[in-house]
Amino acid sequence: MLKGRSMNRKMRKEKLKKEKNTKERIVEKEKNRNKLNSKGENVSKEELLTKMKKSIIEGNKDEAKALAREAVEKHVDLNEAIDEGYVPGIQKVGDLWEEGEYFLPELITSAECMKAAMGVLKPELKKAQIKAKSLGKVVIGTVEGDIHDIGKSLVSSMLSANGFEVIDLGADVKLEKFIEMAEAEDADFICLSALLTTTMLGQKKFIELLKEKNLFGRFKIMVGGAPVNQKWADDISADGYAENAMTAVKEAKNLLRK
Amino acid sequence: MNLTIRPKLELLKKELIEKIIEEAYIILEKQGVYVENIEALELFKEAGIRVDDETQRVFITSQLVEDSLSSTPSVIKLYDRSGDKEFIVGEDEVHFDPGSTAVTIIDHKTQEQRKALTEDLVKFTRLTDCLDHLHFQSTGIISSDVPEIISDSYRLYICLQFSEKPIVTGTFRVEGFKPMKDMLVAVRGSEKALEERPLAIFDACPSPALKWSNLTTQSLIDCARAGIPSELISMGMTGATSPVTIAGTLVQHVAENLCGLVICQLAKKGAPVIFGGSPSSFDMRKGTTPMGAIETMMIDSAYAQIAKHLNLPTHAYMGLSDAKINDSQAGLETGIGAVLAALSGINVISGPGMMDFESCQSLEKLVIDNEICGMAYRLIEGISQREDPIATNLFDGFTKETQFLSMPHTRKWYRQEHIFPRVIDRDTYDYWVSLGKKSMDDRASEEAEKILRENSPSLLDKNIFQELHKIMLSDARNNSFSALPEIKIGSSPKELIGS
Repeated sequence: MLKGRSMNRKMRKEKLKKEKNTKERIVEKEKNRNKLNSKGENVSKEELLTKMKKSIIEGNKDEAKALAREAVEKHVDLNEAIDEGYVPGIQKVGDLWEEGEYFLPELITSAECMKAAMGVLKPELKKAQIKAKSLGKVVIGTVEGDIHDIGKSLVSSMLSANGFEVIDLGADVKLEKFIEMAEAEDADFICLSALLTTTMLGQKKFIELLKEKNLFGRFKIMVGGAPVNQKWADDISADGYAENAMTAVKEAKNLLRK
Repeated sequence: MNLTIRPKLELLKKELIEKIIEEAYIILEKQGVYVENIEALELFKEAGIRVDDETQRVFITSQLVEDSLSSTPSVIKLYDRSGDKEFIVGEDEVHFDPGSTAVTIIDHKTQEQRKALTEDLVKFTRLTDCLDHLHFQSTGIISSDVPEIISDSYRLYICLQFSEKPIVTGTFRVEGFKPMKDMLVAVRGSEKALEERPLAIFDACPSPALKWSNLTTQSLIDCARAGIPSELISMGMTGATSPVTIAGTLVQHVAENLCGLVICQLAKKGAPVIFGGSPSSFDMRKGTTPMGAIETMMIDSAYAQIAKHLNLPTHAYMGLSDAKINDSQAGLETGIGAVLAALSGINVISGPGMMDFESCQSLEKLVIDNEICGMAYRLIEGISQREDPIATNLFDGFTKETQFLSMPHTRKWYRQEHIFPRVIDRDTYDYWVSLGKKSMDDRASEEAEKILRENSPSLLDKNIFQELHKIMLSDARNNSFSALPEIKIGSSPKELIGS
């Protein structure tokens, strides 16, 4: 048993080492290529994008923010900075999660870095009257009677880090409030979280409320939380269910295609 | 001279306990706690405590905590439904009760979880009533055939009708307290009698980190005034809603529970309070809260030790599992938990029957866990010198042919020294085969059915039940529901109440 585990670890380490070597080689190559590039501008942009990706993967918030500011100062195309700098970073984080290398603390830290960088870039995009790319608008919250925040906040962070525009209503949110906000913001998704076995029933009530108001079908409804499962989601006719923050992102992307 | 020692588990050094308490005091005073209840905030103000009205944050001084601790009873006496049998909640007395508030039950035939109905709750309550090693009852399952809004009072109503044992319960809404208290008063005869002989414990959970919601704070205040013991259920999750280290989570746990204790004492000096909890190790991979994790049990055992240091009665959610069926994980997590809890001298141990992160109950598991609890009780009874001399006299006239089976000494002591399980397998292989190679789960299912078949329910006095029924019906009607499910009380379909 122990032997197997240490073997696994060893193999994983070697795999990582290999990956690192390849990575280093690629970086070397890029550096060499950039050296040949006569325009200093490109060199720094490529480097900047690589650094952005790295800041997200490593969960370095200060660095992520500083690089965003640098991009603004150097007049780098901000959407390019997002799409080719930060987003590949968070995608890599997702991969590392899938591979079992990253756990929740890494995941949430990277998502927060993403948020910090976006906090710098979004106002600039607005100033320049460039529309920030968004996969869709999400209204999210924990249903009334339930003040548990953690699971919902994780989903909120991961959705936002992966390009959704997220309006987080917090915890203990009145069911009507979700609808008001979703209508006002013309949201694509409403995500309801519940940690308590007693409050998950609020998710069912919510869908009944939507039906009453003739709004059922207008928004895609996703549910989650410790006591919630796919069957429950099916029973109450929610569109999607996610077991964790990463699958929430996948599920939301899937629902976009439907 | 009594040579028996009660085996005991202590995880913390005294200096560490003091350090944890000291840091909890600092947090209470410097960071403060959110108390989202107007009445409680007023109580704090009256006690001269700084309250930030806007954020509903109170900054509790060490002096107030000390005063509150000194007015909190170190021992609570709980009584069964008849009011005759007394249970000490305090010192190192251990009482197991089923894990509470499951929303699903395992259907033994399909091995699937399904929503529970009134009928399941009745079976569960009756079974618990019959299982010897479960001293207390708990309102363990939520019935899906009544509206969620009245599910708190409804489960107590069922529990009081079908069981003699003291009850661990709690409210799901502020308005739930009144009908629940009224039922308890109806059983006792008067408010004063209920105060003198508490029949139920009410759970109240702060929300990590450092927050008491309106509902749970109100429960503390209402219970304190009615003389109903409040069980403080702090539930940090390591690294998610509380510090990642066990010691760090203990600091938060102590701070949250002490805030609850202060609220109880402000509402009524001398109010009975139990220092409990349902904290857990947070799984950084799955994002779940495993109750069967060894770290979870370590937190439980340690906060209980701290509570004992503070001279308070204790509670924990232990002796339960995260398994989804009655497999070896179910047994091992429950077994380790129950034994550690008993060794820690925790007074109220809620867990038996429960699986899947406190969300599911199983009648089969309840039967199995009852045996685990029996083993735990035997363990803490320790090893005694029964006679003097211990054994030399048994060897008088010793020969090669001597055996002990027929000695009067054996006959006299074997039932005290050894316990006999009902579902744990001790058969020879061939005999086990001849019985149909049944699994523990199958044997437990048969045992549960047998118990329910052979024991008639310990029903409440008819007149008192009519009172309870009125209270329940009125609560249901206030919530626009009038058709309470019919309750089958015996085998005859004619014996129905509530139709």
